[in-house]
Amino acid sequence: MSESLAAQGLRLAVPRGALFADTLDLLDRLGVDTQPVRENDRRLLFAESGIITMRPSDVPTYVEAGAADLGITGKDVLMEQSERALYELADLGYGRCEMVVASLAGEDPAADALRRLGVVRVATKYPRVATRHFLSTGRQAEIVEVKGSVELAPLTGLVDAIVDLTATGTTLRENHLVVRETIAVCTARLIANPVADKLKATAIDAIVSRIAG
Amino acid sequence: MLDRTPSGTRDVLPDEMRELRALMERVRAVFEGAGYGEVYTPALEYERTFARDGARVSSPYRLFDEHGNVLVLRSDMTVPIARMVGSRYATAPTPLRFCYFAHAYHGVRPQRGQSRELLQAGVELIGSAGPAGTVEALTVLCDALDAAGLENYRVGVGDVTLYPALLESLGVEAAARERILAELTSGDFVGVEHELAQLAVSPADAELLLRVPRIRGGAEVLEGLDGPLEQAGAGMRTLLGLLQPRTARRVIFDFGLLHNLGYYTGAIFQVYDPAYGVPLGSGGRYDDLLGEFGRPLPAVGFALDVERVHIALRAEERSRV
Repeated sequence: MSESLAAQGLRLAVPRGALFADTLDLLDRLGVDTQPVRENDRRLLFAESGIITMRPSDVPTYVEAGAADLGITGKDVLMEQSERALYELADLGYGRCEMVVASLAGEDPAADALRRLGVVRVATKYPRVATRHFLSTGRQAEIVEVKGSVELAPLTGLVDAIVDLTATGTTLRENHLVVRETIAVCTARLIANPVADKLKATAIDAIVSRIAG
Repeated sequence: MLDRTPSGTRDVLPDEMRELRALMERVRAVFEGAGYGEVYTPALEYERTFARDGARVSSPYRLFDEHGNVLVLRSDMTVPIARMVGSRYATAPTPLRFCYFAHAYHGVRPQRGQSRELLQAGVELIGSAGPAGTVEALTVLCDALDAAGLENYRVGVGDVTLYPALLESLGVEAAARERILAELTSGDFVGVEHELAQLAVSPADAELLLRVPRIRGGAEVLEGLDGPLEQAGAGMRTLLGLLQPRTARRVIFDFGLLHNLGYYTGAIFQVYDPAYGVPLGSGGRYDDLLGEFGRPLPAVGFALDVERVHIALRAEERSRV
Protein backbone atom coordinates (compact mmCIF):
# COMPACT_ATOMS: atom_id res chain seq x y z
CA MET A 1 0.00 0.00 0.00
CA SER A 2 1.45 3.31 -1.04
CA GLU A 3 0.36 6.45 0.73
CA SER A 4 1.76 9.94 0.78
CA LEU A 5 2.72 11.87 3.86
CA ALA A 6 0.93 14.83 2.31
CA ALA A 7 -2.36 12.91 2.44
CA GLN A 8 -1.90 12.68 6.21
CA GLY A 9 -1.22 16.40 6.38
CA LEU A 10 2.48 15.92 7.09
CA ARG A 11 5.61 17.34 5.54
CA LEU A 12 8.93 15.56 6.14
CA ALA A 13 12.38 17.09 5.76
CA VAL A 14 14.68 14.46 4.21
CA PRO A 15 18.47 14.88 4.39
CA ARG A 16 20.47 14.63 1.18
CA GLY A 17 23.97 13.24 1.54
CA ALA A 18 25.11 10.26 3.58
CA LEU A 19 21.69 9.54 5.12
CA PHE A 20 19.74 9.99 1.88
CA ALA A 21 19.63 6.40 0.57
CA ASP A 22 18.82 4.77 3.92
CA THR A 23 16.16 7.40 4.57
CA LEU A 24 14.42 6.71 1.25
CA ASP A 25 14.59 2.96 1.96
CA LEU A 26 12.98 3.56 5.36
CA LEU A 27 10.22 5.63 3.73
CA ASP A 28 9.61 2.83 1.22
CA ARG A 29 9.15 0.40 4.10
CA LEU A 30 6.64 2.83 5.66
CA GLY A 31 4.68 2.75 2.40
CA VAL A 32 5.65 6.25 1.28
CA ASP A 33 6.17 6.51 -2.47
CA THR A 34 9.74 7.79 -2.88
CA GLN A 35 9.91 7.21 -6.64
CA PRO A 36 9.60 10.93 -7.55
CA VAL A 37 12.41 11.74 -5.11
CA ARG A 38 14.65 8.99 -6.46
CA GLU A 39 13.99 10.00 -10.07
CA ASN A 40 14.84 13.66 -9.68
CA ASP A 41 17.87 14.71 -7.70
CA ARG A 42 17.59 18.40 -8.57
CA ARG A 43 14.08 19.02 -7.28
CA LEU A 44 13.84 20.04 -3.61
CA LEU A 45 10.10 20.12 -2.94
CA PHE A 46 7.88 17.10 -3.60
CA ALA A 47 4.52 18.48 -2.56
CA GLU A 48 2.57 15.44 -3.76
CA SER A 49 4.61 13.14 -1.48
CA GLY A 50 4.94 15.57 1.42
CA ILE A 51 8.74 15.46 1.19
CA ILE A 52 11.29 18.25 1.07
CA THR A 53 15.00 17.57 0.63
CA MET A 54 17.92 19.57 2.00
CA ARG A 55 21.35 19.27 3.54
CA PRO A 56 21.25 17.50 6.93
CA SER A 57 22.30 20.55 8.93
CA ASP A 58 19.31 22.52 7.57
CA VAL A 59 16.75 19.93 8.71
CA PRO A 60 16.48 21.27 12.31
CA THR A 61 15.99 24.81 10.99
CA TYR A 62 12.98 23.84 8.86
CA VAL A 63 11.45 21.62 11.52
CA GLU A 64 11.88 24.12 14.36
CA ALA A 65 10.11 26.81 12.35
CA GLY A 66 7.30 24.45 11.38
CA ALA A 67 8.15 24.63 7.65
CA ALA A 68 8.34 20.83 7.99
CA ASP A 69 6.39 18.84 10.59
CA LEU A 70 8.93 16.03 10.77
CA GLY A 71 12.55 15.66 9.80
CA ILE A 72 15.33 13.13 9.67
CA THR A 73 18.90 14.10 10.45
CA GLY A 74 21.98 12.84 12.27
CA LYS A 75 22.43 13.02 16.03
CA ASP A 76 25.67 14.91 15.29
CA VAL A 77 23.64 17.73 13.74
CA LEU A 78 21.22 17.73 16.69
CA MET A 79 24.08 17.83 19.21
CA GLU A 80 25.61 20.80 17.41
CA GLN A 81 22.22 22.58 17.30
CA SER A 82 21.08 21.49 20.76
CA GLU A 83 19.46 24.84 21.55
CA ARG A 84 16.72 24.31 18.99
CA ALA A 85 13.19 23.73 20.25
CA LEU A 86 12.56 20.30 18.69
CA TYR A 87 11.23 16.93 19.73
CA GLU A 88 13.51 13.99 19.12
CA LEU A 89 11.09 11.11 18.61
CA ALA A 90 13.00 8.05 17.49
CA ASP A 91 16.46 6.61 16.97
CA LEU A 92 16.33 5.26 13.42
CA GLY A 93 19.48 3.16 13.89
CA TYR A 94 21.11 3.77 10.51
CA GLY A 95 23.91 6.16 9.59
CA ARG A 96 25.88 4.99 12.60
CA CYS A 97 29.12 6.85 13.20
CA GLU A 98 31.13 8.16 16.10
CA MET A 99 31.99 11.69 17.15
CA VAL A 100 35.63 11.43 18.20
CA VAL A 101 38.67 13.37 19.29
CA ALA A 102 41.58 12.35 17.06
CA SER A 103 45.18 13.44 16.74
CA LEU A 104 48.34 12.41 14.90
CA ALA A 105 49.59 8.88 15.59
CA GLY A 106 52.43 8.48 18.05
CA GLU A 107 52.70 10.46 21.24
CA ASP A 108 49.43 12.43 21.51
CA PRO A 109 50.18 16.05 20.50
CA ALA A 110 46.98 17.16 22.25
CA ALA A 111 48.13 15.79 25.60
CA ASP A 112 51.54 17.34 25.04
CA ALA A 113 49.99 20.75 24.28
CA LEU A 114 47.79 20.58 27.37
CA ARG A 115 50.72 19.62 29.60
CA ARG A 116 53.16 22.20 28.27
CA LEU A 117 50.92 25.01 27.03
CA GLY A 118 47.80 24.52 29.15
CA VAL A 119 45.55 24.76 26.11
CA VAL A 120 44.91 22.53 23.11
CA ARG A 121 43.99 23.77 19.64
CA VAL A 122 41.18 21.76 18.10
CA ALA A 123 39.79 21.95 14.55
CA THR A 124 36.20 20.89 13.92
CA LYS A 125 32.99 21.39 11.96
CA TYR A 126 31.19 20.96 15.30
CA PRO A 127 32.42 23.92 17.39
CA ARG A 128 29.68 23.68 20.02
CA VAL A 129 30.07 19.93 20.52
CA ALA A 130 33.85 20.32 20.78
CA THR A 131 33.62 23.28 23.16
CA ARG A 132 31.19 21.40 25.42
CA HIS A 133 33.30 18.24 25.39
CA PHE A 134 36.55 19.92 26.41
CA LEU A 135 34.81 22.17 28.94
CA SER A 136 33.01 19.23 30.56
CA THR A 137 36.29 17.31 30.83
CA GLY A 138 38.07 20.22 32.47
CA ARG A 139 40.46 21.05 29.66
CA GLN A 140 41.00 24.39 28.01
CA ALA A 141 40.63 24.24 24.24
CA GLU A 142 40.91 26.77 21.49
CA ILE A 143 38.33 25.74 18.91
CA VAL A 144 39.13 26.41 15.26
CA GLU A 145 36.08 26.09 13.03
CA VAL A 146 36.77 24.75 9.55
CA LYS A 147 34.24 24.09 6.78
CA GLY A 148 36.12 21.56 4.65
CA SER A 149 38.37 18.57 5.32
CA VAL A 150 39.16 18.66 9.01
CA GLU A 151 41.92 16.05 8.63
CA LEU A 152 44.13 18.64 6.95
CA ALA A 153 44.32 20.82 10.04
CA PRO A 154 46.54 18.62 12.27
CA LEU A 155 48.69 17.55 9.30
CA THR A 156 49.68 21.15 8.65
CA GLY A 157 50.28 22.09 12.27
CA LEU A 158 47.17 24.31 12.40
CA VAL A 159 45.89 22.36 15.42
CA ASP A 160 46.86 19.61 17.85
CA ALA A 161 43.65 17.59 17.52
CA ILE A 162 40.35 17.40 15.72
CA VAL A 163 36.77 16.64 16.70
CA ASP A 164 34.99 14.93 13.82
CA LEU A 165 32.64 12.18 12.76
CA THR A 166 34.03 8.84 11.68
CA ALA A 167 32.15 5.84 10.38
CA THR A 168 34.87 3.36 9.40
CA GLY A 169 37.99 5.22 10.47
CA THR A 170 39.48 4.93 6.97
CA THR A 171 39.89 8.65 6.36
CA LEU A 172 41.50 9.09 9.77
CA ARG A 173 43.94 6.22 9.17
CA GLU A 174 44.87 7.48 5.70
CA ASN A 175 45.79 10.79 7.30
CA HIS A 176 47.82 9.17 10.11
CA LEU A 177 45.25 10.15 12.72
CA VAL A 178 44.17 7.97 15.63
CA VAL A 179 41.04 8.14 17.73
CA ARG A 180 41.87 9.35 21.27
CA GLU A 181 38.36 9.69 22.73
CA THR A 182 34.81 8.88 21.68
CA ILE A 183 32.39 11.70 22.49
CA ALA A 184 29.18 10.09 21.26
CA VAL A 185 27.70 7.49 18.95
CA CYS A 186 25.53 9.18 16.35
CA THR A 187 22.69 7.67 14.34
CA ALA A 188 19.84 9.09 12.27
CA ARG A 189 16.99 10.53 14.34
CA LEU A 190 13.37 11.35 13.62
CA ILE A 191 12.59 14.86 14.86
CA ALA A 192 9.31 16.75 15.07
CA ASN A 193 8.11 20.31 15.37
CA PRO A 194 6.64 20.59 18.90
CA VAL A 195 3.44 22.26 17.73
CA ALA A 196 2.89 19.72 14.92
CA ASP A 197 3.55 16.96 17.46
CA LYS A 198 0.56 18.20 19.47
CA LEU A 199 -1.80 19.08 16.62
CA LYS A 200 -1.02 16.14 14.32
CA ALA A 201 -0.50 13.61 17.11
CA THR A 202 -2.38 10.71 15.52
CA ALA A 203 -0.55 10.86 12.19
CA ILE A 204 2.84 11.30 13.87
CA ASP A 205 2.24 8.50 16.38
CA ALA A 206 1.29 6.17 13.52
CA ILE A 207 4.62 6.84 11.81
CA VAL A 208 6.64 6.46 15.03
CA SER A 209 4.97 3.16 15.91
CA ARG A 210 5.55 1.79 12.39
CA ILE A 211 9.22 2.74 12.66
CA ALA A 212 9.49 1.07 16.05
CA GLY A 213 7.45 -1.96 14.99
CA MET B 1 27.41 53.58 10.28
CA LEU B 2 23.77 53.53 11.30
CA ASP B 3 22.89 52.87 14.92
CA ARG B 4 20.99 49.63 15.38
CA THR B 5 18.70 48.58 18.21
CA PRO B 6 20.27 46.03 20.57
CA SER B 7 20.07 42.47 19.23
CA GLY B 8 16.76 40.85 20.09
CA THR B 9 14.92 44.18 20.09
CA ARG B 10 13.32 46.17 17.29
CA ASP B 11 11.35 49.25 16.37
CA VAL B 12 7.65 48.90 15.59
CA LEU B 13 6.50 51.17 12.74
CA PRO B 14 2.98 52.49 12.14
CA ASP B 15 1.51 49.80 9.85
CA GLU B 16 2.43 47.02 12.27
CA MET B 17 1.63 49.11 15.33
CA ARG B 18 -1.91 49.75 14.07
CA GLU B 19 -2.47 46.03 13.65
CA LEU B 20 -0.95 45.21 17.06
CA ARG B 21 -3.00 47.93 18.71
CA ALA B 22 -6.24 46.73 17.08
CA LEU B 23 -5.43 43.14 18.09
CA MET B 24 -4.78 44.16 21.70
CA GLU B 25 -7.99 46.23 21.80
CA ARG B 26 -10.03 43.17 20.77
CA VAL B 27 -8.30 41.08 23.45
CA ARG B 28 -8.63 43.82 26.06
CA ALA B 29 -12.39 44.01 25.48
CA VAL B 30 -12.63 40.30 26.35
CA PHE B 31 -10.49 40.68 29.46
CA GLU B 32 -12.39 43.72 30.71
CA GLY B 33 -15.73 42.12 29.83
CA ALA B 34 -14.81 39.16 32.05
CA GLY B 35 -14.02 41.50 34.93
CA TYR B 36 -10.24 41.68 34.60
CA GLY B 37 -9.09 45.22 35.31
CA GLU B 38 -5.93 46.33 33.56
CA VAL B 39 -2.84 47.04 35.65
CA TYR B 40 0.63 48.20 34.85
CA THR B 41 3.62 47.58 37.10
CA PRO B 42 7.18 48.89 36.85
CA ALA B 43 9.47 47.33 34.24
CA LEU B 44 12.11 47.39 36.99
CA GLU B 45 11.76 45.39 40.19
CA TYR B 46 14.10 44.66 43.06
CA GLU B 47 16.05 41.51 42.37
CA ARG B 48 14.82 39.93 45.62
CA THR B 49 11.22 40.04 44.30
CA PHE B 50 12.15 37.63 41.51
CA ALA B 51 14.57 35.62 43.65
CA ARG B 52 12.01 34.33 46.17
CA ASP B 53 11.89 30.59 46.71
CA GLY B 54 8.41 30.25 45.28
CA ALA B 55 9.17 32.45 42.29
CA ARG B 56 12.24 30.68 40.96
CA VAL B 57 12.38 32.80 37.85
CA SER B 58 15.36 34.92 37.03
CA SER B 59 15.85 37.86 34.80
CA PRO B 60 19.05 38.06 32.79
CA TYR B 61 19.14 41.85 33.08
CA ARG B 62 20.49 43.39 36.27
CA LEU B 63 21.10 47.02 37.03
CA PHE B 64 22.21 49.00 40.06
CA ASP B 65 20.37 52.05 41.25
CA GLU B 66 22.06 55.08 42.81
CA HIS B 67 21.90 53.44 46.27
CA GLY B 68 23.51 50.19 45.16
CA ASN B 69 20.25 48.19 45.12
CA VAL B 70 20.16 45.44 42.50
CA LEU B 71 17.25 45.87 40.10
CA VAL B 72 16.06 43.49 37.40
CA LEU B 73 13.97 43.94 34.29
CA ARG B 74 10.86 41.84 34.88
CA SER B 75 10.94 38.46 33.10
CA ASP B 76 7.19 38.04 33.40
CA MET B 77 4.16 39.88 34.79
CA THR B 78 2.96 37.14 37.14
CA VAL B 79 5.56 37.75 39.83
CA PRO B 80 5.10 41.57 39.84
CA ILE B 81 1.33 41.14 40.11
CA ALA B 82 1.80 38.66 42.99
CA ARG B 83 3.98 41.28 44.69
CA MET B 84 1.37 43.95 44.01
CA VAL B 85 -1.41 41.83 45.51
CA GLY B 86 0.65 41.19 48.64
CA SER B 87 1.19 44.91 49.20
CA ARG B 88 -1.71 46.78 47.60
CA TYR B 89 -4.46 44.19 48.03
CA ALA B 90 -3.36 42.73 51.38
CA THR B 91 -6.91 42.60 52.76
CA ALA B 92 -9.06 42.97 49.64
CA PRO B 93 -11.83 40.42 49.16
CA THR B 94 -11.10 37.70 46.65
CA PRO B 95 -11.13 36.56 43.92
CA LEU B 96 -9.04 39.31 42.34
CA ARG B 97 -8.95 39.66 38.56
CA PHE B 98 -6.20 41.57 36.73
CA CYS B 99 -5.12 41.82 33.12
CA TYR B 100 -2.05 43.41 31.55
CA PHE B 101 -0.51 44.41 28.25
CA ALA B 102 3.15 44.86 28.99
CA HIS B 103 6.69 43.98 28.00
CA ALA B 104 8.67 41.22 29.66
CA TYR B 105 12.39 40.70 29.19
CA HIS B 106 14.04 37.39 28.39
CA GLY B 107 17.58 36.27 27.82
CA VAL B 108 18.36 35.03 24.34
CA ARG B 109 20.71 32.53 22.82
CA PRO B 110 23.01 34.30 20.42
CA GLN B 111 22.14 34.48 16.70
CA ARG B 112 18.76 32.80 17.01
CA GLY B 113 16.68 35.86 16.23
CA GLN B 114 14.95 35.52 19.60
CA SER B 115 13.35 38.54 21.21
CA ARG B 116 14.72 40.02 24.41
CA GLU B 117 11.63 42.16 24.78
CA LEU B 118 8.26 40.37 24.55
CA LEU B 119 4.91 42.11 24.42
CA GLN B 120 2.59 40.02 26.56
CA ALA B 121 -1.17 40.10 27.02
CA GLY B 122 -2.38 38.11 29.97
CA VAL B 123 -4.60 37.72 32.99
CA GLU B 124 -4.15 36.64 36.60
CA LEU B 125 -7.07 35.20 38.58
CA ILE B 126 -6.12 35.26 42.26
CA GLY B 127 -8.06 33.54 45.01
CA SER B 128 -9.89 31.02 42.85
CA ALA B 129 -8.81 27.40 43.24
CA GLY B 130 -8.98 24.64 40.65
CA PRO B 131 -10.93 23.38 38.85
CA ALA B 132 -13.35 26.37 38.81
CA GLY B 133 -10.57 28.97 38.55
CA THR B 134 -8.78 26.93 35.90
CA VAL B 135 -11.99 26.70 33.89
CA GLU B 136 -12.46 30.48 34.08
CA ALA B 137 -8.88 31.12 32.93
CA LEU B 138 -9.25 28.70 29.99
CA THR B 139 -12.55 30.30 29.02
CA VAL B 140 -11.09 33.82 29.03
CA LEU B 141 -8.04 32.55 27.12
CA CYS B 142 -10.12 30.99 24.33
CA ASP B 143 -12.50 33.95 24.15
CA ALA B 144 -9.49 36.25 23.78
CA LEU B 145 -8.02 34.11 20.99
CA ASP B 146 -11.41 34.07 19.25
CA ALA B 147 -11.61 37.86 19.55
CA ALA B 148 -8.06 38.14 18.25
CA GLY B 149 -9.36 36.47 15.10
CA LEU B 150 -7.60 33.10 15.19
CA GLU B 151 -9.71 30.29 13.77
CA ASN B 152 -7.66 27.14 14.18
CA TYR B 153 -5.88 27.52 17.51
CA ARG B 154 -5.82 24.81 20.17
CA VAL B 155 -4.96 24.97 23.85
CA GLY B 156 -2.93 22.10 25.26
CA VAL B 157 -3.79 21.34 28.89
CA GLY B 158 -1.51 19.29 31.10
CA ASP B 159 -0.53 19.02 34.72
CA VAL B 160 2.96 19.94 35.83
CA THR B 161 2.81 17.49 38.76
CA LEU B 162 1.63 14.49 36.72
CA TYR B 163 4.87 13.07 35.39
CA PRO B 164 7.09 13.86 38.41
CA ALA B 165 4.46 12.20 40.66
CA LEU B 166 4.33 9.17 38.38
CA LEU B 167 8.12 8.81 38.52
CA GLU B 168 8.05 9.08 42.29
CA SER B 169 5.19 6.58 42.69
CA LEU B 170 7.17 4.03 40.67
CA GLY B 171 10.12 4.42 43.01
CA VAL B 172 12.47 6.29 40.67
CA GLU B 173 15.15 7.97 42.79
CA ALA B 174 15.51 11.74 42.86
CA ALA B 175 18.68 12.02 40.75
CA ALA B 176 17.25 9.84 37.98
CA ARG B 177 13.95 11.73 38.15
CA GLU B 178 15.77 14.96 37.47
CA ARG B 179 17.67 13.52 34.52
CA ILE B 180 14.50 12.11 32.98
CA LEU B 181 12.62 15.38 33.49
CA ALA B 182 15.52 17.29 31.91
CA GLU B 183 15.38 15.05 28.81
CA LEU B 184 11.61 15.46 28.66
CA THR B 185 11.78 19.25 29.03
CA SER B 186 14.24 19.40 26.13
CA GLY B 187 11.90 17.23 24.03
CA ASP B 188 14.39 14.37 23.70
CA PHE B 189 12.27 11.23 23.86
CA VAL B 190 15.19 9.08 22.69
CA GLY B 191 17.10 10.41 25.71
CA VAL B 192 14.15 9.57 27.99
CA GLU B 193 14.22 6.02 26.63
CA HIS B 194 17.97 5.75 27.31
CA GLU B 195 17.49 7.00 30.87
CA LEU B 196 14.61 4.59 31.47
CA ALA B 197 16.74 1.69 30.22
CA GLN B 198 19.19 2.42 33.07
CA LEU B 199 16.48 2.24 35.73
CA ALA B 200 15.72 -0.72 37.95
CA VAL B 201 12.02 -0.67 37.12
CA SER B 202 9.92 -3.43 35.60
CA PRO B 203 9.53 -3.48 31.79
CA ALA B 204 5.85 -2.67 32.26
CA ASP B 205 6.67 0.42 34.34
CA ALA B 206 9.33 1.51 31.86
CA GLU B 207 6.80 1.16 29.04
CA LEU B 208 4.32 3.25 31.05
CA LEU B 209 6.91 5.96 31.72
CA LEU B 210 7.74 6.10 28.02
CA ARG B 211 4.10 6.11 26.90
CA VAL B 212 2.63 8.68 29.28
CA PRO B 213 4.44 11.79 27.97
CA ARG B 214 3.23 10.89 24.48
CA ILE B 215 -0.44 10.84 25.51
CA ARG B 216 -1.96 13.90 23.88
CA GLY B 217 -5.19 14.55 22.02
CA GLY B 218 -8.90 15.17 22.54
CA ALA B 219 -11.20 13.77 25.23
CA GLU B 220 -10.63 10.26 23.83
CA VAL B 221 -7.18 10.11 25.46
CA LEU B 222 -8.85 10.35 28.89
CA GLU B 223 -10.75 7.10 28.33
CA GLY B 224 -9.58 3.86 29.86
CA LEU B 225 -6.86 5.35 32.04
CA ASP B 226 -6.20 3.14 35.03
CA GLY B 227 -3.66 2.50 37.74
CA PRO B 228 -1.44 5.50 38.44
CA LEU B 229 -3.13 7.53 35.66
CA GLU B 230 -6.67 7.11 36.92
CA GLN B 231 -6.56 10.16 39.18
CA ALA B 232 -4.95 12.43 36.60
CA GLY B 233 -7.48 11.33 34.00
CA ALA B 234 -10.37 11.93 36.41
CA GLY B 235 -9.09 15.45 37.16
CA MET B 236 -8.91 16.30 33.47
CA ARG B 237 -12.36 14.81 32.81
CA THR B 238 -13.76 17.00 35.61
CA LEU B 239 -12.14 20.05 34.03
CA LEU B 240 -13.51 19.12 30.62
CA GLY B 241 -17.01 18.61 32.06
CA LEU B 242 -16.98 22.15 33.47
CA LEU B 243 -15.95 23.83 30.21
CA GLN B 244 -18.49 25.43 27.90
CA PRO B 245 -18.64 23.64 24.53
CA ARG B 246 -17.02 26.62 22.76
CA THR B 247 -13.96 26.26 25.02
CA ALA B 248 -13.98 22.47 25.30
CA ARG B 249 -13.64 22.06 21.52
CA ARG B 250 -10.37 24.01 21.64
CA VAL B 251 -8.74 21.91 24.34
CA ILE B 252 -6.31 19.07 23.78
CA PHE B 253 -5.03 17.13 26.75
CA ASP B 254 -1.30 16.63 26.96
CA PHE B 255 0.25 14.37 29.58
CA GLY B 256 3.77 15.31 28.47
CA LEU B 257 3.36 19.06 28.89
CA LEU B 258 6.01 20.54 31.18
CA HIS B 259 6.89 24.17 31.74
CA ASN B 260 10.33 25.26 32.69
CA LEU B 261 9.01 28.07 34.87
CA GLY B 262 9.46 27.12 38.49
CA TYR B 263 6.28 28.41 40.10
CA TYR B 264 3.58 26.26 38.46
CA THR B 265 1.84 23.84 40.79
CA GLY B 266 -0.93 22.09 38.84
CA ALA B 267 -2.79 22.53 35.55
CA ILE B 268 -0.70 24.18 32.83
CA PHE B 269 -1.64 25.44 29.36
CA GLN B 270 0.08 26.07 26.08
CA VAL B 271 -1.45 27.73 23.00
CA TYR B 272 -0.84 26.35 19.49
CA ASP B 273 -1.86 27.31 16.00
CA PRO B 274 -1.29 24.99 13.04
CA ALA B 275 -0.25 27.95 10.89
CA TYR B 276 2.76 28.77 13.08
CA GLY B 277 5.41 26.41 14.40
CA VAL B 278 5.92 27.87 17.86
CA PRO B 279 3.55 28.17 20.85
CA LEU B 280 1.68 31.48 21.10
CA GLY B 281 1.45 31.62 24.87
CA SER B 282 1.22 29.62 28.04
CA GLY B 283 -0.06 29.65 31.57
CA GLY B 284 -1.19 27.56 34.48
CA ARG B 285 -1.90 27.31 38.19
CA TYR B 286 0.57 28.76 40.69
CA ASP B 287 -1.04 28.07 44.04
CA ASP B 288 2.09 28.68 46.15
CA LEU B 289 3.44 31.92 44.68
CA LEU B 290 1.12 34.41 46.42
CA GLY B 291 2.15 32.99 49.80
CA GLU B 292 5.68 34.22 49.10
CA PHE B 293 4.27 37.74 49.08
CA GLY B 294 2.23 37.43 52.25
CA ARG B 295 -1.19 36.50 50.84
CA PRO B 296 -1.40 32.74 50.46
CA LEU B 297 -4.06 32.32 47.77
CA PRO B 298 -4.54 29.83 44.94
CA ALA B 299 -4.08 31.48 41.56
CA VAL B 300 -4.07 30.84 37.84
CA GLY B 301 -3.15 32.90 34.80
CA PHE B 302 -1.80 32.97 31.29
CA ALA B 303 0.25 35.19 29.02
CA LEU B 304 -0.07 35.46 25.26
CA ASP B 305 2.87 36.61 23.17
CA VAL B 306 1.13 39.39 21.22
CA GLU B 307 3.65 39.42 18.40
CA ARG B 308 3.34 35.65 17.91
CA VAL B 309 -0.46 35.88 17.91
CA HIS B 310 -0.09 38.55 15.24
CA ILE B 311 2.24 36.32 13.19
CA ALA B 312 -0.21 33.40 13.49
CA LEU B 313 -3.11 35.64 12.43
CA ARG B 314 -1.23 36.66 9.30
CA ALA B 315 -0.25 33.03 8.62
CA GLU B 316 -3.86 31.89 8.97
CA GLU B 317 -4.99 34.68 6.64
CA ARG B 318 -2.40 33.74 4.04
CA SER B 319 -3.26 30.04 4.21
CA ARG B 320 -6.91 30.87 3.47
CA VAL B 321 -6.26 32.68 0.19
